[in-house]
Amino acid sequence: MNDRRRETLTYLTGFMLALALTLAAFAAVHWPVASAGTTLAIILGLGLVQVVVQFRCFLHISLARSSRDDLLLVLFSTLIVTLMVSGTLVILFNLRERMM
Amino acid sequence: MSEPSLQHAGINMGGTENRPDANAESGIFGFWIFLMSDAVIFALLFAIYGTALAATAGGPTPAREFKLDSALAETLLLLTSSLTIGLTVLAMKYDETRRAVLAWMGLTFVLGIAFLALEGHDLATMFADGAYPTRSAFLSAFFALVPLHGIHVLAGCVWMLVMAAQIGAYGFDARVRINVLRLSLFWHFLDVIWIAILSVVYLQAHLP
Repeated sequence: MNDRRRETLTYLTGFMLALALTLAAFAAVHWPVASAGTTLAIILGLGLVQVVVQFRCFLHISLARSSRDDLLLVLFSTLIVTLMVSGTLVILFNLRERMM
Repeated sequence: MSEPSLQHAGINMGGTENRPDANAESGIFGFWIFLMSDAVIFALLFAIYGTALAATAGGPTPAREFKLDSALAETLLLLTSSLTIGLTVLAMKYDETRRAVLAWMGLTFVLGIAFLALEGHDLATMFADGAYPTRSAFLSAFFALVPLHGIHVLAGCVWMLVMAAQIGAYGFDARVRINVLRLSLFWHFLDVIWIAILSVVYLQAHLP
């Protein structure tokens, strides 16, 4: 029963954090306090934090030994995604700049 | 006493599993590899969307087409369904009664269908407004990205029906348990993708 309580609490904590981060991102757009660029950075930052929260609380990826393989896979995929996405953005924005 | 505990993502079934399944670890890891390659596909569609964002070709703009209130409703539906699929797995781990598991999974299913209905309504509104995929590069990129996520959600809903049938037919044997675990990972993963869609597509369109 103790285990169940703990694991249910993990899900509820993740849900509450995700909810708070989502509403904060909406609030940042609905009641803007900064310029467009800063607001975009805030939104993307909040989104990134929420992804980490969901991976930790819902998908149970942690630094514990039992999920080390999964963590490595996630980190490797993140590396691949970062390389491909940033490469695409750099090349295509550069291309557009040259064609304008 | 010291049974080898299963080591994989998601809720480990080691605690109450009567017959430890040696295949669980590699089976779940294989599913993770699928999820991560799916994430790569989505990431590249995000990159394309980012570069096509300004290419509206004089047609509908993001700020005009995307409604924040329905984006918020869709987010809340999907986030809540992510919680309920987690509670489904916990009910399977500790209760082992079909009623509890099917109740939580049924609630998740209803939330998923509600999400799809709302998104379908949004897309229909966009079409009626002249925002269809061939109108501009921006809309092509949008219709490649967001409906692909919707198709994933639809696949998850169909998967839930299949799992309900399997639970009904086989009860909670090792194979059914690992399939429900995979389903929960898939569903949580779709919620993570939606967070990215919300930030990049919907919120970015309404920057001050």
